[in-house]
This record gives sequence, C-alpha cells and structure tokens, in this order.
Amino acid sequence: MPDISADQVRHLADLARIDLSDAELTSLTAELAQIVESVAKVSEVATPDVPATSHPIPMTNVFREDVEVPGLTVQQALSGAPDREGDFFRVPPILGEEA
Amino acid sequence: MAKDALMDYDKALELFEPVLGFEVHVELNTKTKMFCGCANEFGSGANTNTCPTCLGLPGGLPQVNHKAIESSIRIGLALGCDVAESSRFARKQYFYPDTSKNFQTSQYDDPIAHDGQVTVELEDGRQVTVLIERAHMEEDAGKLTHAGATGRIQGADYSLVDYNRGGVPLVEIVTRLIEGTEADAPEVGRAYVAHIRELVKALGVSNARMEEGNVRCDANISLRPRGSDVLGTRTETKNVNSLRSVERAVRYEIQRQAAILAGGGTITQETRHWHEDTGTTSAGRPKSDADDYRYFPEPDLVPVAPSREWVEELRGTLPEPPSERRARLREAWGFTALELQDVVNADLLDAVEATVAEGASPASARKWWTGEIARVANSRGVAATSLVSPLQIAELVALIDSGDLTDRLARQVLEGVIEGEGSPSKVVESRGLKVVSDDGALIAAIDTALAAQPDVLAKIRDGKVQAAGAVIGAVMKAMKGQADAARVRELVLERAAQ
Repeated sequence: MPDISADQVRHLADLARIDLSDAELTSLTAELAQIVESVAKVSEVATPDVPATSHPIPMTNVFREDVEVPGLTVQQALSGAPDREGDFFRVPPILGEEA
Repeated sequence: MAKDALMDYDKALELFEPVLGFEVHVELNTKTKMFCGCANEFGSGANTNTCPTCLGLPGGLPQVNHKAIESSIRIGLALGCDVAESSRFARKQYFYPDTSKNFQTSQYDDPIAHDGQVTVELEDGRQVTVLIERAHMEEDAGKLTHAGATGRIQGADYSLVDYNRGGVPLVEIVTRLIEGTEADAPEVGRAYVAHIRELVKALGVSNARMEEGNVRCDANISLRPRGSDVLGTRTETKNVNSLRSVERAVRYEIQRQAAILAGGGTITQETRHWHEDTGTTSAGRPKSDADDYRYFPEPDLVPVAPSREWVEELRGTLPEPPSERRARLREAWGFTALELQDVVNADLLDAVEATVAEGASPASARKWWTGEIARVANSRGVAATSLVSPLQIAELVALIDSGDLTDRLARQVLEGVIEGEGSPSKVVESRGLKVVSDDGALIAAIDTALAAQPDVLAKIRDGKVQAAGAVIGAVMKAMKGQADAARVRELVLERAAQ
C-alpha cells in the first residue's frame, strides 16, 4: 500500500498550478490516500492471466477520413474566455517555465 | 543576459567528445487536424480553425485522422523503422496555455514506428549512419505571443493565444545517441535535419518549410571527457528552425559546455532557447521536475493496429530515396557535386528535372534556375517556382540554343515572362527582342561605326584585332543589344579587311 505524503501532494499541486493552503494540503493528503487505497483493491482481484488493458472494449483502428468539418466561429471560440484581445485568448504572464 | 564563456572549438574537441541526439518534429500537411475536422492551415486569422475537441471544451471527443496515420507509417518506413503491430496514444500532462486541454495527446510506450536508421551525407560526400529510436505521433500546441516590452517570455505583461495550430498532426522523430562525429558534430546535425526535411518532402507528407515551422529541431548535446566512457550531462536546445542554426547551435553548445567543464563547473540538465539573432543559447527551464508529465493511455482513443497488408501497401508508395535520386541525377546530368548541391540547397531539383524533361540541357536549366530566376525570387521573397514554369524555361533555353536570343536578351524575355506577359516566344514578339540576324542591317551599322572611328579601322588593318572591340560595342549599342556579338565580330573583321 503506497502511502501518500504531503510532499507528493504539494508536488502534484505545483505541477497542476494549484495553490493549496496548509489545511487543504492536509485534508487532500488524507483523501488521496483513501482513494489510492480503494483503487488498490482492484489489484486484489486481478490475476496474472488477465492482461493489462487501456480500453474496456477490444477495438482498434477507428478512423476519421481527412475531410474538413466546420468548427466554431471566432466569436463562439472566444465566448467562454475569461479575457481576450482582438481574436486572441489573453492569458496572464507565464513565469518560470516554457513548454 | 550575461555572456557565456566559450572555449575555442578545436581546443574543446581536444578535451571532449561531443555526443548528440535530435528530436525533429514534422508537421504533416493533412487537410485537417490530428483528432478533429478543423482545417490544418498556416496563416489563417487567429482562432478561426477551432472546435470543442481541439479547444478541450467539455464533451469534445477526439477522432483519429486516417491520413495522418498513413503519413506517419510512411515516414516510419522511409526511416527504415519497424511499424508497430499495435500502437496507442497517451496523455502527456502539462499545464501551460498553449494547450487548452491541459494535456497533449501524444504517444509514450507504443509509438507507431521504432528502430530505424538513415544514412546522411556530409558536404564532402562522406556518409554517416544515424540510428532512429522511434517516430511517434502527437498533436501540435497553439501559438503564444508574449506581449510586453521585451517580446520574450521574461518580463511579458501577458500572453495571447491562437489555437489554430493546436491539434495539427506532428510526427516526432527521435534519434539514438550519435557518437563519434568528433569535429563534424555541427555538420552532422545539419546534414541529419536536412535529410529528414528532404525525406518528408519527397514523401509528400509535409510542406517541409522550416521557416514556417513545418520541421523543427530540438538538439541534445553533451560532452564526454576524453578517455571517459560516462556520458556527460546534456542540454536540450529547443526550436532550432533553420539548417544553418542547427549547425551553429551545436557548435555553440560544444564551446559553452567545454568552457564550463574545463573550469571545474557542472552542466545543468535543462532546456535552452536558441537565439537566431545573436547565435547564442540561454537557459530555459530545468529538466528535473518538469519531466514529470504523468503519461497515461488516452482513454478516448482505441489502439492503432495497422495490418501487415496495409503496411506493405504503404511501403510500395515510398518514393526513390532522395540520396539515390541525387546520385542518379548527378550522373545523368554530368554535374559536379557542388553544382548539384547548389540546386538541392535552392530547392530547385524538381524544377530543373522538369525543365530537362521539357527538352532543355541540364546545364542550361541549372544556370537559369539557380541564376537569374533565383535572384529575382530572392529579391521578391518568393519561391522561384512561383515565378515561372519549367516549360517556359525550356522554351527560353530553346530560343537561345537556336540563336534567336542572346543571354542578355533572354534575361529581358524572362523578365516579361515573370511579369505575366505570356510565353517566351510571345514576349520576344511583343517586346521586339529577337536577335537581329539580318546581316544587311548589321553590315550597315558596322560600316557606320567604322567610318566614325577611322583610327580603329587603321589599327584593325594593322593586325591589332583586339581594337575591334570598340566597333563591336558601338554596333551592339546601335542594335540595342539585339545582335549576336560573335557574329558582329566576324562581320567587323570582314568589313575592315575590305
């Protein structure tokens, strides 16, 4: 049973750009530990003869032909944006990292 | 920005062995994006090619582009890779506004193609084998513009995002470590990226224009002290987007890292940004924790399992490998290595080949395409092939060969063709540019010129044939250049003798 440490949760929160208070960190650490424990129960019933799978339905090669389909207008695309400038989404300055 | 200390290149090579690795991203030229039906277009208005899927809105579901898979398999085959029997997509989680989904759909442990090799050619003809680890499919990210005083990420007030490019299909080609290149390391890097660019262009799967970001290179560079067999810490220089920059960036990193190591310092494992203007790199983010992408299989997509029949069918569509094609054409055309390289570098191999097919001699076709046409194209910032067609150039060359045009007149005709005045023969007619081949008209002009310059006439009669130049010049001027200078010379000597 892997323990979830507060450091791990802080690291995950950092990767997800979520600012957690100490109280949130404590409660989330406990909650996550419980979730991991619950999910781990699956491994108790999994036997070596059941292969790992990433998809519940054994299906392959589902393709779409390379044909253009109308999407959103610029107005629609930007309608949910918290901020915009012209036809661009406007986001806060990005510090500390570049993809 | 503090200036990096650099070690002399030869000194660096004396002390260290460079080890390279490249990740080249190739943008496919499918009509639509990787996982949705939005147009894959460069240069459209911001955010005009988006939908709920590529914007990562609730309810959007990805669907794999059949053509993109086909292109990826063909790239894999052309790299000599094995095509996976089963391949799947994975989510690469990172939080950055160029990807609104907060993950990039990529491939992790089951790439579409793996274990290949390519043979790249250096300028002096030597060949270097580069092993390919894998080629995997993924989607491109949106484009960020950092607004603020610097235009760079540091000190930006805010950033603007255009998601048109988000979701465009990419194939990322990853090499294994490239060792033993020694002082050739920068050139090997350049030759490798040139090879990949040429390959995907020949396959027709990408527009392969580096200046538009269709082919982008990340260069991994590390140094190993002589006599050691332990790899040094590497840096990854991102987005090196021209062939010349690949060469410069590799060289720069070798000199920079050597200076640090020789001074007793250590190399930080990090991404570095390439600055085209200064020819330098600067530190980006440290690699250590940012590599924590928490990949997991993409639950919204099923595996791609290309049948062996399909793979073999696609193998049958592979074009002649570019290096073999070059060798074949060079021999057929009788070009030197340098002459052919000029044509290839100018991206004019297809144009020259087509012009030769229309009947022009290879030497003339090369001369016109890499000369006058390329000059005009460069000055206008357009592709040479957008100005004139191979058929038109073949016709122009035929007019020169038949003596109807001199080179000088032909340049004027070419100008007319470029201006859209019609075929070369039409321009000859409309601009009245034909060579004056009527000896009568020439003789009249020659007699006038000789009469005007009696001293010259005397010299020629004295056997000082080179003095004829002044008369030839006067005649050519009188003919407005529309005469064959060699024929004029013959006639001048004839008339002077009488």
